[in-house]
Amino acid sequence: MAVETLEPTTSRSVQAPRQRPKKLAPKPRSWSIPRTAGGWIVLAVCTLATLGMLVPVYVIITTALSGSTGAPNFFLAFPDAPSLGAFKGAWTKLHGSLANSLQITVPAALVSCLLGSINGYVLSKFPFRGSNALFTVLLVGMFIPFQAVIIPVFQFLNMLHLQGSIIGLILVHIIYGIPITTLIFRNYYEGIPTAIIEAASIDGAGIWKTYVRVMLPLSVPGFVVAGIFQCTNIWNDFLFGFILASPAAWPATVTLNNLIGTTTVDYSELMAGAVLVAAPTVLLYLVLGRFFVSGLTAGAVK
Amino acid sequence: MPHNVKTSRRAAWIFAPSLLVSFLFVYVFIGITVYISLSNWKIGTSPNLTLRQPFGGTYAELVQEQRFQADIRNVVVFTIIFLVLAILGGLVAALFIHHVSVGKGLFRTVFLLPYALSFIVTGVAWRWIFAPATGVNEILRSMGIENPPGWTTDTTILGALNDPSGTDFLKVQFGIPVALLPIIFAAAWQLVGFAMAMYLAGLASIPEEHLEAANVDGANVWQRLRYIVLPQLWPSTITCFVLLLHVALKIFDLVVAMSGSGPGFVTDVPGIYIYNYLTSRYDKASAMAIILLLLTLVVIVPYLVRGYRKERKA
Repeated sequence: MAVETLEPTTSRSVQAPRQRPKKLAPKPRSWSIPRTAGGWIVLAVCTLATLGMLVPVYVIITTALSGSTGAPNFFLAFPDAPSLGAFKGAWTKLHGSLANSLQITVPAALVSCLLGSINGYVLSKFPFRGSNALFTVLLVGMFIPFQAVIIPVFQFLNMLHLQGSIIGLILVHIIYGIPITTLIFRNYYEGIPTAIIEAASIDGAGIWKTYVRVMLPLSVPGFVVAGIFQCTNIWNDFLFGFILASPAAWPATVTLNNLIGTTTVDYSELMAGAVLVAAPTVLLYLVLGRFFVSGLTAGAVK
Repeated sequence: MPHNVKTSRRAAWIFAPSLLVSFLFVYVFIGITVYISLSNWKIGTSPNLTLRQPFGGTYAELVQEQRFQADIRNVVVFTIIFLVLAILGGLVAALFIHHVSVGKGLFRTVFLLPYALSFIVTGVAWRWIFAPATGVNEILRSMGIENPPGWTTDTTILGALNDPSGTDFLKVQFGIPVALLPIIFAAAWQLVGFAMAMYLAGLASIPEEHLEAANVDGANVWQRLRYIVLPQLWPSTITCFVLLLHVALKIFDLVVAMSGSGPGFVTDVPGIYIYNYLTSRYDKASAMAIILLLLTLVVIVPYLVRGYRKERKA
């Protein structure tokens, strides 16, 4: 079962596609027209459900395109004169915080992946007494509601004079990202034969040398999975940005939320903004979906 | 593994910094929050860390509040309906998509797409879908419903169990707030694909031989589902249940983007409560945060311990 979070022996889902377990029975390649009535019913249900799932996506896009005439009077209406006008307004208001989001996401994802990779390597290849228990203790950090630590975090950043800054947010995302990246990398490294490490050790390489020379080159798929996962999590964060950032450091999610004015909402501009905020993670998902799903089923997901 | 005391010690030292940082930022900080919740620190830069008298007075204050009671009601209602929608929806979707002959990848991609979005994006989209004047109410009106619900601003409580005016302690009506329904739909839309992905992974791990054997024995579709497929999907169900429950308890961004607290706190949740009191009452915000944490840990700790035990056996 690839779904069991903490089982080292069965957690193969983060492995490189090449190392995936062989299917128990070869399935006929799909893309065949259904041959039975039941087959047609299954296809029809899937198609209808999928169209239903796409309604909000349709609504976001069509409303965003209704720029020049303002939001339509009915949420399913297609704009009379589609235009990109709303995007202009949304971009003006959001481009600064989109840049902030990028500046927060990239370094925070990179560093948390690197730390997770080192931890995962040590935990899976050099387990020491109590390491599993300590790992479980670490994992709790993945699940706590961040509200339960937010006042101390706020005071701590204040102490370091990082309160409200982008660097403060990066730091927080790195720290609270360690448990999930450690989990993903540990599961990934479980799939890499220990014999490779043993060989390196017989050749006289120490822990670090083995990591840099042997493990890192084998880690690319692990970094892709954990990286996509962390990029998505951090880019989509709202709570930390909302509470810890000053306006100059607001990530895009916070600015987007602020476009919902207290009195009237310009829905076409709001939806155009939603498209801009959603675009990076959706693109990552559409292009590297397989790795995205690996990250999801690899371990638990926040 | 070539193991000796020296490598073991080095390994422990390499893991130590991460563990220490997590220990400080998770366990120590939780401890500080517990202390603040018991103290007199209302707000301000110079903390008043004397203990509140009587001990735990902030918690006593909380449980008496209308807003707190509404939050508990909301989080319970939200969690139950959301779990049913997301888990059942994910299971059904996975069963169908697993067996579809054409376009499997496409269906899977679409179902999981919302998961890639931020709750804020989902929230603004669904806010518009449920906007009383221009959203789904247009459809309801065209179907002849004269007074459709006001959705996120509606104060109706469906199936109310009590009348709060009669008692001293219960200050809210317990039932299903209509205003929560759009938020629950939005959350289910966003996470149904997660449940589907878990179930698809579970389905892929069922050995074909079992199904073939059942076929040979003459089992029909329902019998195979009931006696072979569903029992083997049980681990996926537990994973979905625990992880989605934990999402439901922590729900914050989605509600902020769709409605905020709502009139009479019909859509207020602990996450928003805490946020609101971060600028006026540190003690109250902390007490609510600790209650939320306990609710989460009750679910998560058994799950983590179970994983740890399994691992030791392996």
